[in-house]
This record gives sequence, C-alpha cells and structure tokens, in this order.
Amino acid sequence: MATSDESKKIINFIKDTSKNFAIVYVVIGLVFVLWLFTRLVLGSNVFLGSANIINILRQASVVGIVAAGQFFAIVTGLIDLSVGSTVALSGITYAAIFKTGGTAFMAVAILGALFVGLVVGLINGSLIAYFRLTPFIATLGMMLIVRGAIYVATGAQPIFGFEKWYNYPGRGWIFGIPVPVIIMFVLYFLFIIFAERKRAGRYLYAIGGNEDAAYLSGINVKRFKLLALVICGVLCAIAGIILAGRLDSGQPNAGEGDLLFDSIIAVVIGGVSFTGGKGKLLGVLFGALFMTILSNGMTLLGIDSYVQSVAKGIIFIFAIALDVFRNREVV
Amino acid sequence: MHDYILEINGVSKSFPGVKALDNINLQIKKGEVHALVGENGAGKTTLIRLISGIYRADSGTILYNGEELAHVGPHDCIEKGISSVHQDFKMVETLTVAENIFLGKPLIKKSFIGRNVDWVTMKKEARKAVRAMGVDVDPNAVIGDLSVAKKQVVEICKALQRNVTLLILDEPSAALTENEIEIMFGLIRKMKEQGITIIYISHRIEEIFEITDRVTVLRDGKTIITDDVANLDRQLLIKHMTGRQIVDIYPEKNQRFGDTVLEVKNLNSEASRLSNISFSLRKGEILGISGLVGAGRTELVRAVFGADRYDSGEIYVKGKKIESGSVLKMIKLSVGLVPEERKVDGFIPDFSVSKNVTLAGIEKIIRRSFLNTMVEKKAATDLIKLLRIVTPGANTEITSLSGGNQQKCIVGKWLFVDSDILIFDEPTRGIDVGAKQEMYNIIANLAKQGKSIIIVSSELPEVLGICNRIIVMCNGKVNGELIADETNQEEILNYAIA
Repeated sequence: MATSDESKKIINFIKDTSKNFAIVYVVIGLVFVLWLFTRLVLGSNVFLGSANIINILRQASVVGIVAAGQFFAIVTGLIDLSVGSTVALSGITYAAIFKTGGTAFMAVAILGALFVGLVVGLINGSLIAYFRLTPFIATLGMMLIVRGAIYVATGAQPIFGFEKWYNYPGRGWIFGIPVPVIIMFVLYFLFIIFAERKRAGRYLYAIGGNEDAAYLSGINVKRFKLLALVICGVLCAIAGIILAGRLDSGQPNAGEGDLLFDSIIAVVIGGVSFTGGKGKLLGVLFGALFMTILSNGMTLLGIDSYVQSVAKGIIFIFAIALDVFRNREVV
Repeated sequence: MHDYILEINGVSKSFPGVKALDNINLQIKKGEVHALVGENGAGKTTLIRLISGIYRADSGTILYNGEELAHVGPHDCIEKGISSVHQDFKMVETLTVAENIFLGKPLIKKSFIGRNVDWVTMKKEARKAVRAMGVDVDPNAVIGDLSVAKKQVVEICKALQRNVTLLILDEPSAALTENEIEIMFGLIRKMKEQGITIIYISHRIEEIFEITDRVTVLRDGKTIITDDVANLDRQLLIKHMTGRQIVDIYPEKNQRFGDTVLEVKNLNSEASRLSNISFSLRKGEILGISGLVGAGRTELVRAVFGADRYDSGEIYVKGKKIESGSVLKMIKLSVGLVPEERKVDGFIPDFSVSKNVTLAGIEKIIRRSFLNTMVEKKAATDLIKLLRIVTPGANTEITSLSGGNQQKCIVGKWLFVDSDILIFDEPTRGIDVGAKQEMYNIIANLAKQGKSIIIVSSELPEVLGICNRIIVMCNGKVNGELIADETNQEEILNYAIA
C-alpha cells in the first residue's frame, strides 16, 4: 500500500509539473536544438560555454524581472502595456540623480527610480480600479504619456558620464556571478513566495480567476488590482536600474518595443492564462529564459533581428492560441 | 392537410447534469394563441430555444408546417417565419425605430448611383407598421429612449416585417403596466385575425384565460397537459403547474428559534429597484423569499449582504447597525451568501476545492504570516467529509465536480468562516433531485445547530418544504408574509402575481 502511495505521489508530481511547467521541457528542447545547430554551423561549443551561459542569464535579467511584473498584472486579469516606458523612466531617473549627486547619492538614485515606478503603477492601478478604465486603455495611455514625458524632459538626449558604481546594478559581479542575475533570482525567490504563500498573492489569483466571486468572498477587488499594478511598476523600476547600468547611460528610448512583447510572451509561454487566475511565477522565469535563449541562439547563428522578430511573433500567436485551446477544454 | 403549424414529438434535451426536456409532445394549431405555462425551470425557455433554432434536440422531431425542422439555425427559423420576442429585446439600442425594424433586411432602391438604402420608404413603412399596432411611436426615435412597452411594439413590428407566421412571445407582460398589457392584447388579437399563430408564455394566470385559446403546462421538463382554456380554471391550472407536493424529500423543520439576528427596516434602492422592504430573521429560523423572476429577490439579498449599495433604510446584524455596501464587514459579522449563479459569481474556476473553501476566511490558514497548505488541506478535507462532497481530493479543481458538489463547496466556504447567517440564492438550481435532497438536509441541520438561514427560491414546493416563514416579493416590494406550514402554493402565487 505504502509503496503504491509513494509511486502515486511521484506520478502525480510528474503530471503536475508537465501540466504547470511544460515550459521547462520546452526550454530543455530549445537548448538542445540550438546546441545542435550552433555545433553544426559554428563547429564550436560556444553556445553552451560558460561565458555564453552567463551572458544569457545577464540578458534574461531585465526581461525576466519585467515579465515577473507583467505576471502579476496578467494573473489578476489585467495587463500592463506601459512596462517599457516605466523601465525607461526609472532608468532616466536613476541616471539623472546619479549624474547630479554622484556615487554618494547612489541610494537616493535607486530609491528615486523605485519611487517613479511605484507612482506609474499607482496611476495605472487607480485608472483601472477606481476610474474603471479597461487595463488595455489605461496602460496604453500611460505608455505614451510616460514615454513622451521622458523625451520632453531629456530633450531626447541620453545621459552619459557617471562616477563609478553607476553601472554596478547592470555590470557588477559578486562571487563570479553578475549582479543583475543575482537580483533576478532573489526577486523571483521572494515573489514566488509572495504569490504562493501570502494572502495577497492568493487574492490576486482569485480576482483573475473570477472577479465577482472574489468580491462576494469579501476581497477588496479594487485595492488588490491596484496592488498588482504597483508590484508591476516597482519591478519595472528595478529592471530599469539594471538596464541603465548595463547601458552605462540613461537612455530615453530604453525598453522601447521589444520589452513589452517579450514580457507578455514570457508570461504566456510560462503557462499563465492570458485571462488570469492561473499559472505559476516559476514558469514565467523559464518563459523569460526561453525568450533570451532563443534570441541568443539565433544571434549566434547569424540570423538577423528582423527574422528574429518574425519568429517571436509566431511564438506569441502560438502561445496565445494554446492558451485559448487549453481554456476551451475546461468549458 | 396540416391542422398544426407546429408538431413536437418526443423531444428531449439534456444539459450537463440536468434533463431539461423529457419526451415533450406539443401540437400548436394554425392561427391559435397557445399558452405555455410552468414554474421557473419547467423547461419553457429550453423549448422555445429549440423551436427558434438556438438549441438542437437530443432526440425527437419538430415538424413545422409538416416539414421537419432539424439542423437549422436561428436565422433559418426567422426565414421560415418563426420569430420570438424575448423579455430582453434583441435590438440595437443606439439605432432608430425604423432602422431596427428593417435591421438586416433594409429596403433597397435603385438610382443612378447604384443600389441604395431607401430611407424614405423605410421610415414611411415603419410609421405605418407602428400605427397599425395602434401605438404612436416616432420612427426616428432612438430605441434606447423608448419605454419597455414601446420597445416591445417595435420588436413585434420587426417580426411582422419579416412575414412571421409563428410568433413566440416570451413573458411579454412582465415589464408592462396594466394599460400597456391591454394594448398588447389588442395587438395579439389583430395578429390573430391576420392568421398569425402565437405561442404565449406568461406567469400571470389571468392573462392565460383572457387572451389564449389553448394551454400547455410544462413541469420538470415534461408536458403535463394540453387543453382548451375553456375546460380549465385557475385553481386547476396552478395545480397542474406545481404538481403534487413531494413531502418526503424535505427534512424535519427546526421550530426552536432564538433572538432576532438580522433585521432589515425600510430598505430602499433605486438601482436595485427595491422599495420599503422590512423583514427580520431569528436564530435557528429558515426564512424563504419567494416571488417571480424579476421580483427583486436576488437584488434584495445582494443589498443585504453588502454586495450592492442601497439608498435608505437600516440593516441590523445581531443588534448592530450596518453601513451600506461592505461585503467584508458582513462576512466579519458572520454573514455568508451562496449566490444564484454558481459559475458566474460562486467560485473561482481555476482554484482547487481547498482554495475555494478557504477563500473567505484565509486568515484562518495563516501560520507565522504565511499561508499554510497543510492547515488548508486539513480544513478542506474536514469540510469535504462534513458536507459529503464527492471529489477525488481537496486539491482537485472545482470545475471537475458536479453542480451539486460545487454548491456544497460554496456552502463549505461559509462554514469555514463559521457564518451564523447564511443566505442561499436558488440553492438547488440546476442540480439533480438527489443532490437537492442532500442540500435540504444540510440546510436543515445548519438551522438545528442555531444558524439562521435565508433561502431565495423559485420552486414553491421547496420554499414550503424547508422554510419556517416565507416572504413573497413582487415588483421590488414585500407583498406578503406567510407561515410555511399554514399556507400553500396557490396562496404564495397569489401574492407573487398580484
């Protein structure tokens, strides 16, 4: 009896992982395929070399952190289209404060950047929760407003030339591991616990799953919708600081374009339902890795970025179609 | 050859968990006004949807003018001359009367710039059509600005414009005033003169006798009787509608009540269309709220639960006055609502049984400021045992359970937070007889344990069988208060219809 119980548990575990984390197998498959191709085409093991792995992780950190933010929006049944603009705004804020204050003001610069992320999240969240705009409209508007404001404030000129430590969040190392990678893993660790083991995390899932039922269960739906977008805003701000460090500058056009789509694709192929209520943050981490590994591999293979864009678009549509299909099965 | 315009032979239709129609036989004569009556859930709506091509029958045949009506969609049915006018009109609110009447089939005229929509003639025709109904409606008026009665006229005009031969009127009088009903009866008589056959669905018994020729009674998805109206009277018809009272499935009633735990005084809400509602509930008591669909029962319990705001009035829970519109406060004061539409606002479909039952009282599974899944699972398992929820386990997704078991989970949610006042809105809708009986036992046991219960139900035998006291609602008002053991279905219906 006991052994059959044990084996049942193991089978259930495999079933559970394959259901919730199909993306893990997809990433393994992708790595294998790209390894094979780079091996054949380039004749070297550069793809799985430690330098490239570190590189992939470092590239993944920005999109990974933004995707974590996007995850909280989507799992609550919302979406944040302003992530790219928020990343740029916080990056510029970090750069501007650092430029004027120097290294002594590093903490202020970081806090300032986090603060603007928080404010953008608050505005997004208030527009949606309290002024009842659809998430699409509210965050699309904010995307344009924030981006425009950055260009106005900076005169579309990047900010250069900092005292040392400016680029530490993006380019630093601790024990041979890049700082942004450490930040990403720490954030995922904390927010996975938040999503799975905190009351607020459970509430966000509940609202995404069925807003009316959540409301009738005594959940303050408006407040927690606001929270979801504030989390997203703050995570974007962290990503913005890292990106500013990696670019060693404050770029007004940072995170324009790809970042939004990459974050949404990472969330969806990470197994999160586009309609909310379902999915795991850990899956999103693998989703982000998938996106990064894909571009990294394609770049190594010499595929130009326009073709990469086509590939990403196909994957996006495929992932959404899969999500629709999965949900239809239930009904 | 064909005396009947519509012949339905042995039609059955099932939905997951429910047999909505069971071997229905119905013949509609050409040119008659045929009433279709039955309690809520008797299968009237399903039957209409079959006739108008929205659903497809599982078995049996539907003959229309002797020709089988199979595998056709709603559009084909309209083409063939079957139109239905529902309570919720299917018109474009932002378009004008004329535009709606000719929607989808505009009049075309040819001119030197090609084929154009002929607005002038359409407006003229629309005016003529509306006038023919004896009602004055401006063809240029926007539908959204019209009264319900006028919308109905437009909807009927639209059907007539499409050469309707069989018109289905689904609860046409529900939203009308006495005068407007008279106008509508005039329309029906006119249409009858034109040879149009009408299926008339209504809850209002008087109307059946006034306007229809024959009547068919549906109950529990079966045809009970078809007869000339002349051969029936009011009492007989109600008896057919409600059937024998099955006493056996109801548990013994608790008769020992404690103090008043809930008191509602002069509750008014314009948005929820509630006026001057007062009632009270004692510890251990089961109070039924009866009335027809649209009487304001769901609106009332939502307002009491804090889900919707009310304009004026007072609600006291255990002697404490409650402000309007706070679900959380009501839950804290141990009030729970099991809502009407399970799938719409009852549970979180993506959640497991255990996550659903703990949702309203999540503080109880927090240990050292984190949600403790062991505690959660233990609590859920206990509730599964207590309520005898049939599920493979606490971690099973709630959507894979049957309707009755899903319902038990929602009850479990309130037991988990230890609610003292439980409000059930249509607790047995869409679940089978066995599950119903279990639900009655659960409710009766809760009352015996000193919980106070409010049950909103359209099923009269259920209200009579399980409640101690019944308030009957009509048009957002409380129309009567009755002791369940001293009343009967006829009396309740009288209050509900009046």
